[in-house]
Amino acid sequence: MTPAGSLLTAQDLHKTYGPTPALDGAFFSIHPGEIVAVMGPSGSGKSTLLHCLAGIVRPDSGTITYDGRELSSMPDAERSSLRRSDFGFVFQFGQLVPELTCVENVALPLRLNGVKRKEAERRAAEWMERLEVDDLGSKRPGEVSGGQGQRVAVARSLVTSPRVLFADEPTGALDSLNGERVMELFTQAARSANAAIVLVTHEARVAAYSDREIVVRDGKSRDLEFTV
Amino acid sequence: MVCIVLGMSIGHTLLGLLESGPRHGYDLKRAFDERFGHDRPLHYGQVYSTMSRLLKNGLVEVDGMEAGGGPERKRYAITEAGVSDVDQWLAQPEKPEPYLQSTLYTKVVLALLTDRSAADLLDTQRAEHLRLMRILTDRKRRGDLADQLICDHALFHLEADLRWLELTAARLTQLSTEVRA
Amino acid sequence: MSAAGWARDLSIGAKFGVAGGREGWMRTLLTAVGVGLGVAVLLFTTAVPGALSAREDRGQARDDFSALMADKRGDTTLQAPAETKYHGKDVRGRLVRGESARAPVPPGLSALPPAGQMLVSPDLKKLLDSPEGKVLRERIPYKYAGTISDSGLLGPHELAYYASVPTLAYDGESQVRRISAYGATRQQEPMDPVMALLVVIIFIVLLMPVAVFIAAAVRFGGDRRDRRLAALRLVGADAQMTRRIAAGEALAGSLVGLVLGAGFFLLGRQFIGDMTLAGINLFPADVDPSPALAVLVALAVPAAAVGVTLLSMRGVVIEPLGVVRTAVARRRRLWWRLLLPAAGLALLYPMIGQGRDNGRFNQVQVISGTTLLLIGVVALLPWGVEAFVNRLGGGTTAWQLAVRRLQLTSGTAARTVNGIAVAVAGAIALQMLFAGIDGDYTKPTGADLTRAQLSVTGNGFSGAAQGAEMAERLRATHGVRSVASLGGATVTADPDDSYLSTITLADCASLREIASIGACKDGDTFVTTGGWDQTVASVSKPGQKLYVTTSASGKVDDKTLVWKLPADTRSVPVRKSPGGSEGGGGILVTPRALPQLTTAKLSRTLYLLLDPGVSDAAELARNTVSAASPLYQVQELTETDESTRFASVRRGLYIGTAGVLLLIGVSLLVSQLEQLRERKRLLAALVAFGTRRSTMSWSVLWQMAIPVALGLVLSTGVGVGLGAILLGMVGHSVAVNWTAVAAMTGIGAGVVLLVTLLSLPPLWRLMRPDGLRTE
Repeated sequence: MTPAGSLLTAQDLHKTYGPTPALDGAFFSIHPGEIVAVMGPSGSGKSTLLHCLAGIVRPDSGTITYDGRELSSMPDAERSSLRRSDFGFVFQFGQLVPELTCVENVALPLRLNGVKRKEAERRAAEWMERLEVDDLGSKRPGEVSGGQGQRVAVARSLVTSPRVLFADEPTGALDSLNGERVMELFTQAARSANAAIVLVTHEARVAAYSDREIVVRDGKSRDLEFTV
Repeated sequence: MVCIVLGMSIGHTLLGLLESGPRHGYDLKRAFDERFGHDRPLHYGQVYSTMSRLLKNGLVEVDGMEAGGGPERKRYAITEAGVSDVDQWLAQPEKPEPYLQSTLYTKVVLALLTDRSAADLLDTQRAEHLRLMRILTDRKRRGDLADQLICDHALFHLEADLRWLELTAARLTQLSTEVRA
Repeated sequence: MSAAGWARDLSIGAKFGVAGGREGWMRTLLTAVGVGLGVAVLLFTTAVPGALSAREDRGQARDDFSALMADKRGDTTLQAPAETKYHGKDVRGRLVRGESARAPVPPGLSALPPAGQMLVSPDLKKLLDSPEGKVLRERIPYKYAGTISDSGLLGPHELAYYASVPTLAYDGESQVRRISAYGATRQQEPMDPVMALLVVIIFIVLLMPVAVFIAAAVRFGGDRRDRRLAALRLVGADAQMTRRIAAGEALAGSLVGLVLGAGFFLLGRQFIGDMTLAGINLFPADVDPSPALAVLVALAVPAAAVGVTLLSMRGVVIEPLGVVRTAVARRRRLWWRLLLPAAGLALLYPMIGQGRDNGRFNQVQVISGTTLLLIGVVALLPWGVEAFVNRLGGGTTAWQLAVRRLQLTSGTAARTVNGIAVAVAGAIALQMLFAGIDGDYTKPTGADLTRAQLSVTGNGFSGAAQGAEMAERLRATHGVRSVASLGGATVTADPDDSYLSTITLADCASLREIASIGACKDGDTFVTTGGWDQTVASVSKPGQKLYVTTSASGKVDDKTLVWKLPADTRSVPVRKSPGGSEGGGGILVTPRALPQLTTAKLSRTLYLLLDPGVSDAAELARNTVSAASPLYQVQELTETDESTRFASVRRGLYIGTAGVLLLIGVSLLVSQLEQLRERKRLLAALVAFGTRRSTMSWSVLWQMAIPVALGLVLSTGVGVGLGAILLGMVGHSVAVNWTAVAAMTGIGAGVVLLVTLLSLPPLWRLMRPDGLRTE
């Protein structure tokens, strides 16, 4: 049975890309405000699990429930709209639009939600301040360091006040010090906003910022919150 | 160092070896040396003292004796209590600390030998490592720079262990065929 | 750097081009196809003048107007033109009769056909034998004696025949000619300066975008190449070497392109025989670029490819660990960009008005002036795009994404639309010029199609072709409603006087077509008033003695009738003929008034009113006429005398411009797809936050539409300006041809839309979440 009080749960997910199964019986749950690390060797299906949980990819079978709603059977448009309003994303790289300035990048999810430009950029600036990158507003992503860029990305993931943040190797391209700073600011900001984080990482020191971890191996994961 | 660690778990190791069937003392020593002894074989004295402690605690029983007497001539068999003691030991994560790998290695091999889940064992251990890492990360967040540096040291070591755990987990299939060969 | 080093680096580059795996190979192929298309267009344009002059030579060789003879000789042929039209297509017919064994034979024939038989062009034979040609077969009933070979035809699809008619007789009056040789020896007239100007401009307008396109094609996949070069730097290549390697790669692509281009050209040439443009149909064999020009193309294209590559790498520093673009910081300056079109204007301006007095244009000045003006577009566009997009802001997210992208890489955007801008500017200018010139020739004819749709004219016929019988036969023809038949002769009061007026013999109904005669019965005679012929007054006194002559010269001879103008002759006003010509007037007689004239050989005009319900009425009428005499000329009446000189050229220009724009569309599409592929991960990330497909699609559209719109605005300006100057040069009043502007910009916009549409499926495919997976 699904764990009580959880915000997002996945039950017995299966997903196959071509001949190889990426998920082969994955379980997952997260409570509001909780930080759960998804760990496992590369190729184990961590990212696929995240994509399924975020409604980016539809699993072949299994159920995903978000806030009492069945995510896996929602049409694409509805899932997209959910991602715009309730979810936030941080990836390893390739996520900032190179031609937009940093503040426009942060404002982008709000703009996609139909917020007016001025208001969107005002709110974006607030979040950039919290992530200590408020001085980068008019710079383009190409002109800032990796750590700064990642903090801009974190600000962007938080700007819509999402309830769940999805982070896929958010520090993968950063050195220890920068990685730690990003994790520090990220988890702090998320906790103060009571946002849950699904944190995909293979690094133990990054996973150490979580409350709990779920290990994916060969597409299988167990969640002890599930009473079998 | 290694001896100390071994001393702490030698009884469980010998018990585990007995799970596959009764053995003579010298058999036990040879099996142990083959798998875990490497360059430091067990002394007969260690085997004798350990076995008599296990006998006293009711974890093994004497199954028979060869002519000539002496502890190395006794044949030992594991008792019910012995099996559950091995269970407990394998399921219990080790306290994350430096130079843990010998114990963990022993545990993994024994788990494989006794058809227990080595992956579960490693997962449990990882969870324990992560639990400690969380505590350290948290402490680091609250502490001053000195605390941070000390915690970082410990974190990096724990991370190294964890990487070893990951690697071992990835090679379990390979290891099990070798161990059972 | 030694020559060997150069050769080594170039060959390394070439190897990268052809052996760089599927990716490198595809890139080279893309470049090669692009260059190949450009080369093929270049070859065609260099071959067209030769082909046209070859065509002219064919026309000269069969000319039958130059060696006219009055008397029969041992080496003469009688010949008469029997031109006709069939469903709008011209049929060149010649009736011939050799007057001796040494009678000249036209080119394409080995001998004149036997009596009553004909030699036909292959297409005419095909048409005559087909069901569609049934009606024409009745008109051209001669037995086949063979076909005319290519040397006797202007183009492979010309409809022509030579029929041997034994009854053909020379009388010096009808259109029967006696010739002693085929072929004109007259000097080729110098080209009309306006035509020469047009040809020059057409070449510039077609070739400029091709050059721009080749330049764009060479740059296909440039970013990927730069990254590969960076990898080479890492293993020890220096900056100079990388440049040479890049040049080698471009060289390989352009060389393959040359081969492909030659292939496209040879392939396309096979189809040229099937195309008819502006009534011109060419033999593939005549489309043969002069060797010098072909060599020039073969050398210029690879050289240009290398040049463009080196130029494009000017702003790029390839470091071992990546590519740094330095060009971003440089601000574009305006002054020298304005200088180019200004210089062009300065060169063209002095020539305004020269065409009026048939003055000749300084070709160098025209070419350089026009080229400078068009290059001005190429130079101004990047500045314009930069200046414009930097002022843009606001709008939707899609708009913002597109605008920001353009601000960052306005140069790339401008480069890709340069070709469109140049093509459109040139095409607008040409359309204006053509439309202006054509406009002068398009006049209402004044023809009244409710009175007649067909006019038949001829001279000196007898027998069945004579007036009354001919009219009867036509009236009996299916689809002919009514026939007005007018016979003409000259009349004078004084046989020694050179003042000649006209006498027209026709029945009352027919006479009404040329004068308002009021009440009329057979036997009446009229004289007209209000006609342009002032000599009527000298012959219009009732009772006057008049000499009526039917000879072509109008001279009084033994056949001249002497006749008195009846006393009851009435004066009547003239009326415009159904063909729209103002009547000259003269004496009008009904048959009974002058019966002797009814059997004379008169010049004859017939107006035919056809039944619109009979679709082939005109063709059937032509058949009847031709059966009476193939020498009659039949004309369809039209309300406007539209000069079709340039109508088809303009149509061709539209097609050509559309083709060039499509070609550029291909390069736009390629760079768009390349850009999308590079942004695969970014797109996937944008999908993750729930970006709608429509947002990205709009962004792609804006990204392409903004620079193209700017390009079209600029090119419309330059095109209208250039068109105005050209019209000024040939001495025409300037009128902006808005239809052409709308059509051209419409085609340009259509290309943008098409490219956007074609790039949407790959965009959507890339926007699938799979893109998030790292390989």
